[in-house]
Amino acid sequence: MKKGVMRPGHVQIRVLDLNEAVKHYVELMGLIEMDRDQEGRVYLKAWTEVDKYSVILRESYEPGMDFMGFKCTSEEVVEELRKELLARGCEVEDIPEGDLKDCGRRVQFRAPTGHLFELFATKEQTGKWGVGDHNPEAWPRGLSGMRASRFDHCLLYGPNLPETLDLFSSVLGFDLAEQVVAPDGTRVAQFLTVGMKAHDVAFIHNDEPDKFHHASFFLETWHDVLRAADLLSMTDTAIDIGPTRHGLTHGQTIYFFDPSGNRNEVFAGGDYHYPDHPPVTWDADELGKAIFYHDRQLNERFLTVLT
Amino acid sequence: MSVLVALEVTSGSEITLREDESLLRSMERSCFMLPKIGCKGGGCGLCKVQVLSGEYELGKMSKKHVSELDKLNGKVLACRCYPKSDLTFNVNTTNR
Ligand code: FES
Ligand SMILES: [Fe+2]
Repeated sequence: MKKGVMRPGHVQIRVLDLNEAVKHYVELMGLIEMDRDQEGRVYLKAWTEVDKYSVILRESYEPGMDFMGFKCTSEEVVEELRKELLARGCEVEDIPEGDLKDCGRRVQFRAPTGHLFELFATKEQTGKWGVGDHNPEAWPRGLSGMRASRFDHCLLYGPNLPETLDLFSSVLGFDLAEQVVAPDGTRVAQFLTVGMKAHDVAFIHNDEPDKFHHASFFLETWHDVLRAADLLSMTDTAIDIGPTRHGLTHGQTIYFFDPSGNRNEVFAGGDYHYPDHPPVTWDADELGKAIFYHDRQLNERFLTVLT
Repeated sequence: MSVLVALEVTSGSEITLREDESLLRSMERSCFMLPKIGCKGGGCGLCKVQVLSGEYELGKMSKKHVSELDKLNGKVLACRCYPKSDLTFNVNTTNR
């Protein structure tokens, strides 16, 4: 049931060297630098996004994800969901308006997987970059690199998948769109959506909590994915795998790493989900094909290289 | 200037080094395979090696995987290690 959570709104990523990271996310991936704050954080957006930013980079001694934020339809929804989180025994932290630039109050909570999430409803809208919303052209000129069109989802690794699914579905209104199930019935991967996309956030079981697998960005076509791969070679950027296709969600994809070792994905295509659709299930013994549809086997890195 | 070489002591392999190239990249070019290669960005800790002798500079590395003590003991990430002289190293570190 929909509870007023709309979509992934932003992700804050820790990087070892801010300048190298900005160069990667801006020049190579094609995000646009929108702002910086007193703490030195850098705010980026992808060009089709209407909100001012979707990616925040923070310099740290350890890479990884600080938090992922979901945008809600109204401040009332944020308040209501805050109450429901508290009633479930979740600890919440209220972050005042303005802590993130041009963003309203945020309510943070930790999922049973160990990851920090937040809900918010208000952020400055600067419109689609370079085209706006009045007689807009098809796309803006002057985009760099891969020309990523939007921040799409994160894949996160941690324990307690059942509790996390329950929290996301019963409190936040997410649906289970796809899953990987072991022979004994244990769910080892769960892909959750809060709209029509194949996934807005996904989790894979891992004993260590709060691990970051990747942040993913949408491209329009398979050709754009191939072009992204070309750019990775031109810039000698570490590629993890691809271009290939996922079995799960069937997206056409490439995985690579930012200069701090955080994994990124760009992808095109993929399935869609309506609330009346039953979850798509992959058997754990087909995990290789579920993740990398063509290789049909996992590379070692998929399960072990995390930040 | 003569060509710099790194000697991996467990296998006895010699790896030619290039200026401004990480030890990991030199290993890859020489088709010397580390047991595991990860993110190549100092973030995942998989490429940790033990440098036994030689001069090198270090790029930024996740402190979760390399402590100050590790650095003093030559336990560093090959993807962030830039050799400045001939080197000997071991792909086996005690606390991988
Ligand atoms: S390969 Fe990940 S830290 Fe070197
Ligand atoms: Fe993904």
